Amino acid sequence: MAEKKKTCELFDCGHRACGGCGAALAARLVTQAAGTETIVVNSTGCMEVFSTPYPETAWKVPWIHSLFENASAVASGIEAALKKQGRKEKIVIMAGDGATFDIGMICISGAFERGHDFAYICYDNEAYMNTGIQRSGATPYDASTTTSPAGKFSFGNKRPKKDMPAILAAHGAPYVATASIAYPADLKQKVEKAITTPGPCYVQVHAPCCTGWGFEGNQTIAIAKLAIETGLWVNFEMVDGKVTKVKKVVRKPVEEYLKTQKRFRHLFKPQRQDAEIAHIQAMADRNAEKYGLDIKLRKE
Amino acid sequence: MTLAVGCRARPGKSRDNKTGSWRVFKPSFDHEKCSKCGMCQTLCPEGCVHEDAEGFSDPDYTYCKGCGICATECPKEAITMNQEEK
Amino acid sequence: MMEITEGSHAVAEAVRLCRPQVVSAYPITPQTHIVEALADFVANGKLDADYITVENELSALSACVGASAAGSRTYSATTSQGLLLMTEVVFNAAGMRLPVVMSIANRAVGAPLSIWNDQQDSISLRDAGWLQFYAEDNQEATDLHFLAYKVAEDPKIQLPAFVCFDGFILSHTYEPIDMLSQEQVDKYLPKYDPAEKLDAKDPISFGMYATPDYYLEFRYEMDQAQKRAKDVIAKAGKEFGTMFGRDYSALVEGYQLEDAETAIVAMGSVCGTVKDAIDEMRAACIKVGLLKIRVFRPFPSEEIAQALSKVKRVAVLDKNISLGAKGGATAIEVRDAMYGSTIPVKGYVLGLGGRDIRKKDIKEIVSLCEKGIGNQFYGLRKELI
Repeated sequence: MAEKKKTCELFDCGHRACGGCGAALAARLVTQAAGTETIVVNSTGCMEVFSTPYPETAWKVPWIHSLFENASAVASGIEAALKKQGRKEKIVIMAGDGATFDIGMICISGAFERGHDFAYICYDNEAYMNTGIQRSGATPYDASTTTSPAGKFSFGNKRPKKDMPAILAAHGAPYVATASIAYPADLKQKVEKAITTPGPCYVQVHAPCCTGWGFEGNQTIAIAKLAIETGLWVNFEMVDGKVTKVKKVVRKPVEEYLKTQKRFRHLFKPQRQDAEIAHIQAMADRNAEKYGLDIKLRKE
Repeated sequence: MTLAVGCRARPGKSRDNKTGSWRVFKPSFDHEKCSKCGMCQTLCPEGCVHEDAEGFSDPDYTYCKGCGICATECPKEAITMNQEEK
Repeated sequence: MMEITEGSHAVAEAVRLCRPQVVSAYPITPQTHIVEALADFVANGKLDADYITVENELSALSACVGASAAGSRTYSATTSQGLLLMTEVVFNAAGMRLPVVMSIANRAVGAPLSIWNDQQDSISLRDAGWLQFYAEDNQEATDLHFLAYKVAEDPKIQLPAFVCFDGFILSHTYEPIDMLSQEQVDKYLPKYDPAEKLDAKDPISFGMYATPDYYLEFRYEMDQAQKRAKDVIAKAGKEFGTMFGRDYSALVEGYQLEDAETAIVAMGSVCGTVKDAIDEMRAACIKVGLLKIRVFRPFPSEEIAQALSKVKRVAVLDKNISLGAKGGATAIEVRDAMYGSTIPVKGYVLGLGGRDIRKKDIKEIVSLCEKGIGNQFYGLRKELI
């Protein structure tokens, strides 16, 4: 029998995330990138709940959870304490989209305005998943959630995703990026950059949720890739407010992404909603134009 | 076990929770096909796929939830999911 | 060293002497002079702290939670609306067993909006698990900060503490204060060095969640810590007395209570007025005394029952009201402490929203109590209702 070698994991087995959970993978990858000299500040949400039911903790780095909305403020206090104690640990905030886009806005805005040194990693599964899939400011247009359900008079969530990266860049964040669990090396690079760049940095990580979006757990990575390939999720970097790098794609029609998930099923069954699908396609097209997504294929 | 003041804990206890019991489908890893790319180790949400001394990948069945991401993503289709006999 | 100083400035100086490493506060009337004075100390190198100018009170206390968990002594101050805004964090800090000390410049809560003094704000959070100290005057307001840090940080306690002093009445009043020196405070209050903190060298998860299998016991342990605090306060208060001449070992303090027929129970700055009224009443041969409550949490039930065991009647003053219940919190808890005794306990809700309390009001209340009239709002302007 071949001998088993263990990788250095800072996010341990035995956590209670759903099988195939995108956020759990994000936790692994972020902590790998961050290393042992890290203090993690976690908001209330899926990640905090599936990783720390007393007395079982999956975290092998110092970790703190306070409340839903205040991770940025807690991190501000830790940063101040470390400064006065002359300590060098880095601070990484891990918060879901609910904690980031909605309830945490005040605290985030304050912390970014004050310019504290931390890396804020938002794992974006596009709804309040821990409480049973309610819409957040990150829920995409037409996604069905329990508080923005598709129905006789509704196509689901009425609003597009709030542009958090732009908001935080406007606060003067020196480094802002979007990433995806579909591209783990890229994700880890961006997390590293966010940690080593002085000041408040932000990385928004797309973390598809099989339970909330309605797909088989083995499709998590594939769907994350499709989000990027259709232009509905853009992987980019911003340095001092200017977009510096974008992942270009040979774009697929948005339909290929939408039809994989139950949260968009109402756009296809009982009948195709062409106008809605076209609306979503237009959003992807606008992304392509704004970020220069399309790889120009050489014409023969 | 007395309570830790403030609801705190040191690392390690999550391993008491043997999530392998959640499994319906079990992955089997074919080392003949395995190219040692390590993608399965990278992408496992549990972090329970490990590299052996020869560089091949193997899951830790104590914690593997049988999600099947490794099988879907393996570029060599070296991992197959089969319904587990209980 | 004796100095004449404004209450807020005395508190700021006391905090400075405690050497907090992180100060995180949001300005709100009537606490502003405290946070301004501390900012000035930091800007001029008199306080070696990181001063976080947060964007709201919830963030103020949240930053203290982070700093305290990371092993630093930390400080905040607030009142009224600010305290209510950070209520979620108030409960959280106590549950996480972080010894933050926070000054409360007591102020009425809206609606209707009021900037003036009463004790509704801190009293409303009596269930949160924080120790609660109430100052009669600015000397106490000053000294209670040293005591609060010492008790809060005691490894047997590890609970945060409010030091409450009446807004405007104390915070904006100049009184003579005997201020300790840095050397004296350093001797009394050792460096904060918690056994557990956020530290890469010894990774710990703070603030995990508790299932029904564990939650009850966590809350029980907090209640036990509150009960243990009585002894720790007594010891720390006695040590203060031995070192500096002012003994704070008692959770309650009697004034002319030994042969009193009527006992007034009160908390905070009104005690000064009560004492003056008692002196005048005694001169007129009325046997009245005061039982001052200096520590509201843990509530000194046994001590109160003991102190009041020989009086004929009790008049409890409350600068707060538990709306819909039978009076203010102090009256309700004193009545509970006296349960089983035949001594009548009457509550008087007064001074809300900064309504002035005069010696004649105290005398009037004693008279009402003698007649068996009580359990009411005192001083209502009849023409308005």
